[in-house]
Amino acid sequence: MSTTVAPERSQATRAQWYARSWMAIVLGVLVAVSAVRIITGAHEIDSKGSLQAAIIATCPILMAAIGGMWSERSGVVNIGLEGQMILGTWGAAYFTYYYGPWQGIAGAALLGAVGGLIHAIATVTFGVDHIVSGVAINIIGLGAAKFLAEAYFKDLKSERGTGGVKQLVGLERPPSFTVPGVSDWASTLADKHWFVVSDLAAVLAAVTTRMSWVTLLVFALVALSAWILWKTSFGLRLRSCGENPQAAESLGVNVMRYKYVAVLVSGALAGIGGGYLALVSSSGFVTGQTNGRGFIGLAAMIFGNWRPGGILVGASMFGYTDSLPLRSTSTIHALLLLVAIGLIAFALFRLVKGQRNSAAVLAVFGLLFGLWYALTEEVPRDFTSMTPYIATLLVLAFASQRLRMPAADGQIYRKGSAG
Amino acid sequence: MSIVSKVFTALLAPLVAVVVAMIITSVVVAASGNPPMDFWSIIFSRPADRVFVNIVNQSSMIFLSALAAAIGFRMNLFNIGVEGQYTLASYTAAAFAGAAFLPGKLNIFVSLLIAIAVGAIWAGIAGVLKVTRGVSEVISTIMLNAIGITMAGYLLLNYGQKYGSGRRTTPLEASSEFQGWEPLGSAAGAVWSLVILALLAGVAFSVLINRTRFGFDLRATGMSESAAVASGVKVNRMVVIAMMLSGGIAGLIWMPALFNGAHYYGPTFQAGLGFTGIAVALLGRNRPLGIFFGALLFAFLNEQSNRLTLETDISANVVQITQGVIVLAVVVAYEVVRRYKAAAEQRAVTKQLGENRPTDGEAVPA
Repeated sequence: MSTTVAPERSQATRAQWYARSWMAIVLGVLVAVSAVRIITGAHEIDSKGSLQAAIIATCPILMAAIGGMWSERSGVVNIGLEGQMILGTWGAAYFTYYYGPWQGIAGAALLGAVGGLIHAIATVTFGVDHIVSGVAINIIGLGAAKFLAEAYFKDLKSERGTGGVKQLVGLERPPSFTVPGVSDWASTLADKHWFVVSDLAAVLAAVTTRMSWVTLLVFALVALSAWILWKTSFGLRLRSCGENPQAAESLGVNVMRYKYVAVLVSGALAGIGGGYLALVSSSGFVTGQTNGRGFIGLAAMIFGNWRPGGILVGASMFGYTDSLPLRSTSTIHALLLLVAIGLIAFALFRLVKGQRNSAAVLAVFGLLFGLWYALTEEVPRDFTSMTPYIATLLVLAFASQRLRMPAADGQIYRKGSAG
Repeated sequence: MSIVSKVFTALLAPLVAVVVAMIITSVVVAASGNPPMDFWSIIFSRPADRVFVNIVNQSSMIFLSALAAAIGFRMNLFNIGVEGQYTLASYTAAAFAGAAFLPGKLNIFVSLLIAIAVGAIWAGIAGVLKVTRGVSEVISTIMLNAIGITMAGYLLLNYGQKYGSGRRTTPLEASSEFQGWEPLGSAAGAVWSLVILALLAGVAFSVLINRTRFGFDLRATGMSESAAVASGVKVNRMVVIAMMLSGGIAGLIWMPALFNGAHYYGPTFQAGLGFTGIAVALLGRNRPLGIFFGALLFAFLNEQSNRLTLETDISANVVQITQGVIVLAVVVAYEVVRRYKAAAEQRAVTKQLGENRPTDGEAVPA
């Protein structure tokens, strides 16, 4: 995201400018998607079903990414997100079986927070390297979930769920809602395949039909995190620990406590992401369910420049590609055209800004995608599952100079070192 | 410091870690409703001959994997991507060896070189991205893991031969396989011939790191990058070379198994060794000897735990918790010992200077 705002602009006009550019981007994307849909006839690229699947795939990644943001904003790198997420899947299943689905979500948060606590003790109290501790937590999380599943789920069998050595399925799901009237009306409109109008209707239909309350909770947590971290003095202090802990401590901030809180919240959010996977994305716990989504969350966080807005965009993109294997191969093929258009639009944007080199590189990539679209009939499914990872690598390679992580991120801080 | 106290402080951290891991494992086992003694009596029983051979074989792969991670760690490069590097390298080498372009043992030799090359290139991407575009190698190797594993799956699906419900590469010809060595009789199975690779790699690692200019530069960069730059080390070049060396060793991880009984790359491929290797490298403090014992310990726990499933209600997965806790506890213990030594040193200095100023025992912040 470009932030070339002249310093003399006031706060209000700056906010307006942001809002306007976001509106322009959203509108541009909408028109492009709609155009591609009409041109290729692949109406599934933004049908109600596709969007619902994409939202469901987005939420776990989003929770992991926002969890990562909490931790890293306080200066603690958390690559244990995957392990905390795995613990969350187990916690969700256990608490849902014995207490109910909402308690299941709480249980997921609790188990995730336990993973966070281990990370906090190791990194904050004992000053262990953050990556090392994260790697260990991923090992422990994976092993613990397998072990606990075998120990607690093996013999379970009742109307509340069926257990096994590696699973606990058939659990009660958290409730969902359909907005009467709006849902049907929007669905009908979406099926007309009109330019832009039907695309908007599909979005409306997707969020008003069989929408899980947990999905709402996830988006509420994102908004809440953004508000806490950027609009409260608590958040300011927490972020100051990630930027300059010495300065923060000299101003009376209890750096250790803030880091603990941040890492605990981080684990809890990742745990909720795991819980979502077990209870909303599927109907129960299966070992290996997270399948690297904690790492994708980490990627989404970096993609989003450690900020909630960017994370939302990154997580949606990764969630959408994550849900693609369920779609037909012709849909995926149509997306190539969309990517080509997007890259060329971005190249033009760079050209206007006078950055000729990067514009040229982007244009070449855009043309290559266009050629790929024109010369082939379908895209191998394996390639679509690689998309989030390749996208992250490309973003890092082309935009890492623009990304700015918290200044003291990953550094070990010892209490009293402010002197 | 005398030799005795040096040895003591070196062994203190791993010992404390193992004890902590034993306590936590006992608690976990007890919490699942099983007597911890059942668990320990099986783990500490004398391994059967067959298990002995398996431990040797498994630890050779873990050792290679840990060595790959350790090269990077010695210069503060986190190559988390060993998993992807060895998966891709194993597929490529197995596919090449299966195609039998070359006769007999020459085929094996060239396949090994290919495995090294593929691993090195895959890791090299992360190295190049780091020095040219400033991309953190932690993130890029995690991404490359996923891409590499997916790619190996894609290649296998499209170019492998059908085998049962899955796919595999063309099996090796008998002339391109080793027979192994059967020290405990044929019933116990064979120690893989290429276990020797692990020993060679360990010696080469030790010589390279401790006895060459390159190794000195590598360690210097790891300890203080600014000091290394000041003394003329070309850090960017070092990063790429170290990543490629790391990836090259990673490429070899599964080779002992391939040329001694695995026959092909397919459903029987042993995944996950890359992450185990990272853990063992940390456990062994990135030194070959430490890694050697760490690899033996991990292989021992893995193999002995197989009996748990047969003889008790305890899940064999509990050893994964044990292993994770050992790693975490060992790094914590090293840190505590380091802080204690730093504080002791400070006190000694203060005493020698003859000052009566009280110290708070805090180390100088890094």
